[in-house]
Amino acid sequence: MMLLSAARRTRRLSPSLLAGGTLTTLIVAAAIVSFVWTPYDATLIVVENRLLPPSLAHWFGTDHFGRDIFSMVLQGARTSIAVALVAVGVGLLIGVPLGLLAAAQRGLFDEIVMRTNDLVFAFPALLLAILITAVAGPGAVNAILAIGIFNIPVFSRLARGSALSLWTRDFVLAARVAGKGAIRISHEHILPNIASVLIVQGTIQFALGILAEAALSYVGLGTQPPDPSWGRMLAESQTFVALAPWLALAPGAAIVLTVLGLNLLGDGLRDLLDPKTRIER
Amino acid sequence: MARYLLQRAFSLGLTLLIATLVIFVVLDIVPGDPASFMMGLNADPQTLAQLRHELGLDLPAWQRYFIWLGSLAGGDLGISYTYRVPVSELIVERLSVSLPLTLMATALSLVIAIPLGVFAAARRGRFSDAAVVGATQLGVAIPNFWFALLLVFVFATTLHWFSAGGFPGWDEGTGHALQALVLPTIALALPQAAILTRVTRSALIETLGEDFVRTARSKGLSEARSLRRHALRNALIPVLTILGLQFTFLLAGAIIVENVFYLPGLGRLVLQAITQRDLIVVQGVVIVLVAAAVTVTFLVEIAYMIADPRVRVGRT
Amino acid sequence: MPLLAVHELSVSIGGTAILKSVSLSIAPGEILGIVGESGSGKSMTLLSVMRLLPRAARAMGAIRLDGDDLSEKSERDMCAIRGRRIGMVFQEPMTALNPVHTIGRQVAEMYVLHKGASTREALRAAADHLAKVGLTPDRVPIDRYPHQLSGGQRQRVVIAMATALSPELVLADEPTTALDATTQVGILELLKGLGRRDGAGLIFVTHDLAVVAGLADRIAIMKDGEIVEEGPAPAIFRTMQHPYSKALRAAATLAPRHRAPKNNDAVPIAEAKDVGVTYASSWAIFGSRQPTRVLDGIFLKVAPGEIVGIVGESGSGKSTLARALLGLAPMTQGSVSIAGESLAAAQGKKLRAIRQHIQVVFQDPYGSLDPRLRVEALVAEPLHLLDRTLSRAERRTRVETMLERVGLAPADADKFPHEFSGGQRQRIAIARALILEPKIIVLDEAVSALDVSIRAQIIDLLRDLSDRLGLAYLFITHDLAVVRALADRVLVMHNGKIVEEGTVADVFADPKHPHTKELIDASPGLEAVLAARERAGAAR
Repeated sequence: MMLLSAARRTRRLSPSLLAGGTLTTLIVAAAIVSFVWTPYDATLIVVENRLLPPSLAHWFGTDHFGRDIFSMVLQGARTSIAVALVAVGVGLLIGVPLGLLAAAQRGLFDEIVMRTNDLVFAFPALLLAILITAVAGPGAVNAILAIGIFNIPVFSRLARGSALSLWTRDFVLAARVAGKGAIRISHEHILPNIASVLIVQGTIQFALGILAEAALSYVGLGTQPPDPSWGRMLAESQTFVALAPWLALAPGAAIVLTVLGLNLLGDGLRDLLDPKTRIER
Repeated sequence: MARYLLQRAFSLGLTLLIATLVIFVVLDIVPGDPASFMMGLNADPQTLAQLRHELGLDLPAWQRYFIWLGSLAGGDLGISYTYRVPVSELIVERLSVSLPLTLMATALSLVIAIPLGVFAAARRGRFSDAAVVGATQLGVAIPNFWFALLLVFVFATTLHWFSAGGFPGWDEGTGHALQALVLPTIALALPQAAILTRVTRSALIETLGEDFVRTARSKGLSEARSLRRHALRNALIPVLTILGLQFTFLLAGAIIVENVFYLPGLGRLVLQAITQRDLIVVQGVVIVLVAAAVTVTFLVEIAYMIADPRVRVGRT
Repeated sequence: MPLLAVHELSVSIGGTAILKSVSLSIAPGEILGIVGESGSGKSMTLLSVMRLLPRAARAMGAIRLDGDDLSEKSERDMCAIRGRRIGMVFQEPMTALNPVHTIGRQVAEMYVLHKGASTREALRAAADHLAKVGLTPDRVPIDRYPHQLSGGQRQRVVIAMATALSPELVLADEPTTALDATTQVGILELLKGLGRRDGAGLIFVTHDLAVVAGLADRIAIMKDGEIVEEGPAPAIFRTMQHPYSKALRAAATLAPRHRAPKNNDAVPIAEAKDVGVTYASSWAIFGSRQPTRVLDGIFLKVAPGEIVGIVGESGSGKSTLARALLGLAPMTQGSVSIAGESLAAAQGKKLRAIRQHIQVVFQDPYGSLDPRLRVEALVAEPLHLLDRTLSRAERRTRVETMLERVGLAPADADKFPHEFSGGQRQRIAIARALILEPKIIVLDEAVSALDVSIRAQIIDLLRDLSDRLGLAYLFITHDLAVVRALADRVLVMHNGKIVEEGTVADVFADPKHPHTKELIDASPGLEAVLAARERAGAAR
């Protein structure tokens, strides 16, 4: 509703919102369609069809096992989206309440949350994934865990920072004069006012999650066979780069388009929800 | 100022200490016994116990942590289960590839991003700005390992300008070694440069809207000159933060890109260690990278002080 | 030939007219005051002269400096004119200076840029010139950074830059609005003196009639992008014709009011005993900074129905006192009671019962209403303090009654805050404060952010509410005229202490404490300024 009213205010959709929205919708749609239909069974091995170049029968060609690349890309979409989406969800659900509470309580609790954030930030995201997979073994769930844990401090810092500036605002003081407690104020006044910032950051983290999942799967720490994954398709294509370059093209392009779409969507939403950042002058 | 730096150093040192504890605890609860892994499936129980004793695996966990911490302080990261050589030696050897790669990539992304960001901000709202923004939008979306694959396909497989991978080692002459790092550097740097360009551009545009830039214009400075002399230094303060985050990101990102080019860096070391369950190597690499991240954070804060007198000089 | 002649200047941004055919002129050595409320286009007029309008703006008309049309100059020529021939001073001294350069370097830049001076020569000249604007090297060395200076000192640096090369024309855009009254006096004297000495023309833009009344040779009054009236000062104040100028003038001269003194023997509705607030510095391992004492030994009583004004400059502790009374600031000593009940001792239900007696209206009508809530939810918010939950209909009726009481329509309850003007928003905030029918309302600079004409309306509303409902107010402000117009009694605060207190009539007629005297001298009010000028004119 907030989005609609904002869109109505500006009356027209920015090109980045339009392009980002379209791309994202297309890719999500592809992921959903892949549950019920793909041109071929993405796991079907037909050795005599291996390494076929793109043709009408196989739009993106076939891999070294003769599997249809287009079908694999479609199914890969759902893995990528699922992993990234759940990871963003983990970050939002844990990070935002932590950040809101830290801003509301200040003091020791705030200090502990912030220092824990520093601690997590000291581990570059990939390192966290390496540590987790070293312990728990590779797999999609552990990839989600690694990316999700990295998202927690991102959202808790953002929520805390935006909330802190709101806590000094007079309408929050007015709510305190009305006898409302910290949690109630966080819920009624702070959260609605930082929602747009969180949505924008959410799309950006979503995009980063797609990239991270692809990277992890590429080095064999993410999604495991037989689940198709863009990152692992790229890893497998590497051996055949000279023979069959199209193997690397389709999954790579899928990653780029998805991330591009989400980033454009984020930019567009930011302009839409916060007119201040629009460049005038 | 000295007190502030000391306080930050203390706080970051504490972070590092807690990080070692986290790493230790996480890796200690791993199922699987490194000793039996080293000896193979048919190991004789007595030799196994002997090895466990040698590796100190029969002590309680907290004791092992403090022993480990103590040797860590002395630069001893233990002995690799699989390579049977000190982990520190392994890491130093591999860093001789990863560190130059990361530094070169950081430098390259800076050299591209700052001028491009300034150019776009100066021409904000015009076509050339839109073109830069579009290009960075694409650059941010490209995974560096895929970009690396494309580079290999174009410049190695097709054009044969560079070798597709491998590293001759520094002993074979700096020229050869550097040549092997050209494509990896580009693959690492370009996506980062795209991010840095965007940050530079938006920080600069924001600064150009500040009152003091208007003051500069009212003093008679031209638009370009007020950008150079007044806006740029203020805008570089947020750029520094991102740069600091990026260095550690690049160091970790090198792990992936090294894989594409078969470079014997930290990345290949740690990935092989994971498959071979050589956890002591994983532990060592993670510690080194975390220490690097914390050190860079500290360096960024010192850079902050140099750039911003509000942090350096207190109120009077 | 006039020094500057603006002829039929029109400016529009995105099709919206900002300036409509503005014409004005100024002679060498003359001071022209441009007065108008926010959005009247007065700042845009100055930026047009500098050719520093926002990019999207389109300007038409002629601007002649000594006969040269500036609108035909190339950007390169304009750079040589800005700073060299026209200097400009801005409103916000906190942000007008570059935080990463020393003040000496920023002033020296003028000499390097326009005179080709070497860095050393320029720094020497900058030091000399800074001394001329009152920043002598022994007190404010030129290697200081802006954040180390007070607001007034920063404004002096900005003035030093604007006047370094003795320009023919100085443009000042609300140069004293962000400053305390006592600081303002010094800046005004400085601007006046510099213009007079160098024979430069000065255009002084402000919303405050009293400021230009004491300063300007000529005054132009702007409204909605047009000059509605113009004439020599102070004569223009006698001859004003345009209804808007008259309204502006009437609003600037708030009539003092005299009410029968309230019964001070009754149980005070709000009482502070020996209240102190100290802020400890933040948690630190290596050494700690001195804690700051913001309030120190405050005693205060407000009788039922009484209006008590608290005046003081920024940093005097007056807002902290308001917060302490509302139970929002942690007190380090003393006690506060509301309607005879101690605030600190109460908890839960009891605390909520006490809080029903005291409500608040804040300064900024844009910041005090949550932009994401409808007016009904905003006004109803204090109902949270009631023990029972009201039915929807009951809640709605109460909100509508309150909206009508403050002069808004019942249907306004369904709107969002951004659909209202600043004055209307302040009415919403007052409705919110009234909904529990409290006995006292704390008004924290509640009319300071409003334009003068709207300010007068809100003050009328507040007076009326107090008389009708027997409401007490604790009115916190830096504006003496407002206290005079509204309060029965006044307390003067300085550095966290109350330095003087008494009835409004007594304190204004015969201030005892030096700081009170300074405050009163610094803001004489329009009538007093005009009277002083008439006397000076007659004596000459």
